[in-house]
Amino acid sequence: MREKLMELLSDPSRKMNAKELAYLAACFREIMFTVLHERQTGHWGGSSSAIELTTSLYFNRLNIDPKNPKWEDRDRFVLSKGHASVNLYTVLGARGYFPLEDVHHFRELGSYLQGHPAMLKIPGVDMSTGALGHGVSVALGMAEAARQSGKKYKTYVMTGEGCLDEGSTWEALLAAAKYKPEGLILMIDYNKVQLDGTEGQILDLEPLRDKLVSFGWHVNEEKYDGNNTEDILKSFEWMDSDDVWPKACIYDTIKGARVDFSEGKNTWHGAAIDDEHYEIGIKQLNADADKKEALL
Amino acid sequence: MSLAMRDAFGKHLVEMGKKHPELIVLDADVSSSTKSALFGKEFPSRFYNVGVAEGNLAGMAAGLATCGYHPVINAFAIFLSLKSLDQIRNDMCYNKLPVIIAGAYGGLSDSFDGASHQAIEDIAIFRALPNMEVIVPSDSHQAELALEYALSVDHPVYIRLNRNAMPDIDTKESDFMAKKAIKITEGKDVTIAANGITASMAVEAQAILAKEGISAEVFSVPFVKPLDTTSIFESAKKTGALVTVEEHLLAGGFASAIAEEAFPAQLKCKVANIAINDKFGETGPYVPLLAKYGLSADNIVKTVKELLAK
Repeated sequence: MREKLMELLSDPSRKMNAKELAYLAACFREIMFTVLHERQTGHWGGSSSAIELTTSLYFNRLNIDPKNPKWEDRDRFVLSKGHASVNLYTVLGARGYFPLEDVHHFRELGSYLQGHPAMLKIPGVDMSTGALGHGVSVALGMAEAARQSGKKYKTYVMTGEGCLDEGSTWEALLAAAKYKPEGLILMIDYNKVQLDGTEGQILDLEPLRDKLVSFGWHVNEEKYDGNNTEDILKSFEWMDSDDVWPKACIYDTIKGARVDFSEGKNTWHGAAIDDEHYEIGIKQLNADADKKEALL
Repeated sequence: MSLAMRDAFGKHLVEMGKKHPELIVLDADVSSSTKSALFGKEFPSRFYNVGVAEGNLAGMAAGLATCGYHPVINAFAIFLSLKSLDQIRNDMCYNKLPVIIAGAYGGLSDSFDGASHQAIEDIAIFRALPNMEVIVPSDSHQAELALEYALSVDHPVYIRLNRNAMPDIDTKESDFMAKKAIKITEGKDVTIAANGITASMAVEAQAILAKEGISAEVFSVPFVKPLDTTSIFESAKKTGALVTVEEHLLAGGFASAIAEEAFPAQLKCKVANIAINDKFGETGPYVPLLAKYGLSADNIVKTVKELLAK
């Protein structure tokens, strides 16, 4: 592990700044890409597109205590796009929920790090996911539980396009606009590429912002680059700027980001990373992390 | 004949709501049919009517359950078992969350609405799910007990409810809470294991058979999962003949659950199963409809006699 990364992770509860977050995310990409190559299974495209988002949540935003993962007042996070599991596990491990090196056992027989997030097996996972289109409903239930109990925690749910294809998500979007629970925030990792092709080819969600607004959600007007941590921190400021609920934040991201052959390519949604592509990709990711490290 | 099961369940939700602050009730725009509206009137802040959106209904309940609440989701059994199934399996069962799935209008009981509204595969679906328990009450009292039982455990429970008023069965509360097959009559010639509302038909059949000199041991079996095969198999060994009755397809239901355990247990006796055999229901008044599909005291009597003559 990089020395600088070890140094930052020695105090993971410190609120990291945009440069530190960018560096962490770059290091996490190196780890994810390596794990996916080692294990020959898992989802690179959507894990890479969302790594700045999850890193920023866990190292700047969420009110959590990894030593007490079931703390009742904690903020909740539901990764509705559960196939980005290697992303979540890398971030959770780095944040201190379990040893980061365990991520190398991702998807092994007998490993607690299941193919998709499993809340009964993995510390820090607030809801098991994998079947797309469940997360917004579950998060709505969690946010309503906060209302029932008078607790002040926030509930974040992250979807990709796949979840937004599912009818159940739109049921949940309708219901959330009815109940308007405080602290419910939908984060959309909008990389515009699905498993079989681009979102435009498979099922066009545009105009997505208009759809969400018409469904009664408070949606960001300013565009945010979800692979840019400065933009993500700006989006967090937007989330805190008013008391209108529920909120949805659309982030433009790049599927398979930072590895040239996988950027924007549906073919790297869940393909195993072979040796040849690994050698090319890891060099690019090393260079990206070196660059971010130099900026610290 | 007491209250319709749905009325009893709705009223009991209100009673349980007073004792259980963690009880939250959700419905999918059928609360005046399921009678969960009674709870909504008494506890408006703990009641969610999410519209005709059964997937979200179940997902929301799962989210609430992760935060210490014990939700009851109410909708028609057919739609909970089909439209909410993904969320029930992946959000509730996989995570072993305490959610009560109250399936209204179970079996053929939404008789006039016809096949689209009749849940005759719900038991097969729900009993296949790990961490799920399945209860099919025979009457209003058992429906109330089922709710109390389900509130006392920390995993998902499916309760199949009937739309209509059905004859009462004498149920000892302690037997129900122990998840037993409830013995209604002692007998020596045949064992009749009746699931759900068919128990009252079995009791009626027992009286007819008694007049003809056939002694039937009748069980009301509300718990399909876990299934008290110990009591049923002991009785079947004693009588040498077992008739099962259920308001459900033969495939995957109550008789299937018994058969799955009977083979490994080397149960040797004559067996006949009364169930709906690989066909959809239809429109009509409830009791004649049940009878058309073989669910009547007369058909139980006939089936017993044929079985004993073999």
